[in-house]
Amino acid sequence: MAFARQDDDARRGGFRPGALLSDEKTRSITFQALTLAAVVALFWWLVDNTLANMAARSMSAGFDFLPVTAGFGIGFTLIEFREGDSYWRVFQVGVLNTLLVAVVSILFATVLGLIVGLARLSGNWIVATLARAYVEFLRNTPLLLQIIAWFFGVFNLLPRPRDSVEFGAFALNNRGFYMPSPVPEPAFDAVLAVFVVALGGAIALQVWAKRRREATGRLFPAVRVGLALVVLPPLAAHLALGQPLGWNIPALKGFNYDGGVSVPPAFCALIVALSVYTSCFIAEIVRSGVQSVSRGQREAAGALNLPNDWTMRLIILPQALRVIIPPLISQYLNVTKNSSLAIAIGFPDLVSVWMNTSLNQSGRAIPIVAMTMAFYCTVSLFVSLVMNVYNRSVQLKER
Amino acid sequence: MRQSLAILGAVGAVTLGVSLTPGAAMAQSTLESVKERGHLNCQVGLPTPGFYALDADGTWSGLDVDVCRAVSAAIWGDPDKVEYQSVTSAVRFTSLANGESDMLARTTTWTAVRDTQLGLDFTFVNFYDGQGFLVPVDSGITSALELDGATICVLTGTTTELNLADYFRANGMEMTPVTNENVNVLVETYLGGGCDAYTNDKSGLAARRSAFPDPTAHVILPQTVSKEPLGPVVRQGDDAWANIVRWVGYGMLEAEEFGVTQANVEEMAANPPGPGVARLLGVEGNIGEGMGLPADFMVSVLKAVGNYGEAYERHVGENTPIGIPRAGTLNALWTQGGIMYPPPFR
Ligand SMILES: N[C@@H](CCC(=O)N[C@@H](CS)C(=O)NCC(=O)O)C(=O)O
Repeated sequence: MAFARQDDDARRGGFRPGALLSDEKTRSITFQALTLAAVVALFWWLVDNTLANMAARSMSAGFDFLPVTAGFGIGFTLIEFREGDSYWRVFQVGVLNTLLVAVVSILFATVLGLIVGLARLSGNWIVATLARAYVEFLRNTPLLLQIIAWFFGVFNLLPRPRDSVEFGAFALNNRGFYMPSPVPEPAFDAVLAVFVVALGGAIALQVWAKRRREATGRLFPAVRVGLALVVLPPLAAHLALGQPLGWNIPALKGFNYDGGVSVPPAFCALIVALSVYTSCFIAEIVRSGVQSVSRGQREAAGALNLPNDWTMRLIILPQALRVIIPPLISQYLNVTKNSSLAIAIGFPDLVSVWMNTSLNQSGRAIPIVAMTMAFYCTVSLFVSLVMNVYNRSVQLKER
Repeated sequence: MRQSLAILGAVGAVTLGVSLTPGAAMAQSTLESVKERGHLNCQVGLPTPGFYALDADGTWSGLDVDVCRAVSAAIWGDPDKVEYQSVTSAVRFTSLANGESDMLARTTTWTAVRDTQLGLDFTFVNFYDGQGFLVPVDSGITSALELDGATICVLTGTTTELNLADYFRANGMEMTPVTNENVNVLVETYLGGGCDAYTNDKSGLAARRSAFPDPTAHVILPQTVSKEPLGPVVRQGDDAWANIVRWVGYGMLEAEEFGVTQANVEEMAANPPGPGVARLLGVEGNIGEGMGLPADFMVSVLKAVGNYGEAYERHVGENTPIGIPRAGTLNALWTQGGIMYPPPFR
């Protein structure tokens, strides 16, 4: 903006040295420019000096190490990773592991937070007090401590593989949590196709029901019918095609369970600790959101003889959400950033495998720190963007 | 328009000016800044018996700690002017490179990448080691080749995790690494059964095991899967400082070769039995001069920590809980079948 204005100045008669003293606009533009120049110069000097010093010690600041073999193993990966894979692959593994922890923790924390938050508001004294104790105790203990406590106090103390706790096809031991994994046969594609069509139908049904309600006021149980539509036809197809979906069930073999999918104890400890800790903050956000809706709204709903769940769902929550969403966004961002504490218990998230192991093994501090910062920055901006769009849609629309 | 040009010009002039000034003003030498500070910042690892052990009243001791003490003695004639910096293995090189420590002595393996790409300089080898595996006796495992499919505890940021991956890849075996940068967390995990084996340099395994509640319940498997020449490291770019650390180390080996000990060093300095000892102890010539040290710096070193053999036996030898025999190993003097061979002090 400053630069646009100065073009006007130029057109009006060009630069007069005297204006530096007499004209406020010229003066402020000049000083802004000088400040900008100083900042740029300082930054330049820092970068230049760093590069020179690094070069003097034959340390490299470039990205040329990315295709080089990293040479170490990683204990838990979502994509295939072999010992001979490159640093770039390590980065991808780290990013995916961090995102997995963040997404799963956010899901659990939200559900748990909603339940505890509503329990805090319960008329039942015992329920409300328990919920309050939960919140006060857990949010006032450092998260790192909780992560370590869950790891050493619970998951590392589970029985060894030979004495695993088994429930059905699931197994839990001190090496991790083992689940069966689905093995689809070719015919399963047909079941999936039916499911996609049914899902489309269910969504169309919702839209239609809403339009009709707004136009005529007549109600249609779109949620229940929609659910049935999504579940029943695919199930029928599945049975008709002779259940074309096998399961790979983990079984004890050698040192440990083999087959299925599994997550290590560090992952379990991290998810539990992050979800529980964050749920306290979310509970408080939910409680304050609900309490922010004026009592009169509830009384008015009561006067209309609306059932309790309708009051909550149609009157209280839509108004409470406006208060809830903004602080919720920052909690979600916190979970993502807090997941970096994984390093304490050795879960291979981005900070652990990239900022720590890869940095140490390759010595490329600058590119590695820059890539890590870029990742966290991108995620933060993306989450706020999505949540802001959603927030705008639930804000009061003044008509 | 003219004004924008003027602004651009100003920005340009400032930037150009800065980039033309020399980047790093010729820095003070490490020896000068250490002397000025009055103590040596010596980096060690998290407490490890034998190499960098920490006792209840906060005193450090061990084979690597003796290198720090020897350097301090060489500079000031006093082995205790050292501030020990205990950091995890994952941040050791960053901490040295950014100047927090003047040197590190912490069972660090000399490798090409570390020596040429991380801005570090290795000085000498104070322990020749190799990587092994520690397993509980009751697991029944007797060979590393039986570890296919095992979960293995390993420190991150070490050569250990690289060798581990190499060894399993080379032998067509699978493993799941359980990693941590903190050796205490890892050992706790291993003892709790969170992994089937713990891998490290064999000396490190013996050291760690000596502090277990029941050391006899764990056994080191026979295979040695790597070469680990361990030694002190300094920042690259100050050769004079590297020389000090290197020659203090060689001096301790040369002293053992000549039979100069902590007990007899004063007497030998007063009455050198031959020209070799006379040169080592600064009675003849002045080797310290080229390093900015007093001529008799090795007398101070030997009075403080003794020769290499004495330091070895005191901290990790057969009569310690760690109990690593020296005779017949690489760590014996070259005159006794080992490869400890200090270049001549002359
Ligand atoms: N020699 C390897 C590994 C060094 C190492 O792991 N040292 C063992 C003792 S020999 C240890 O437990 N260190 C503890 C620590 O560094 O905090 C390397 O240089 O990367």
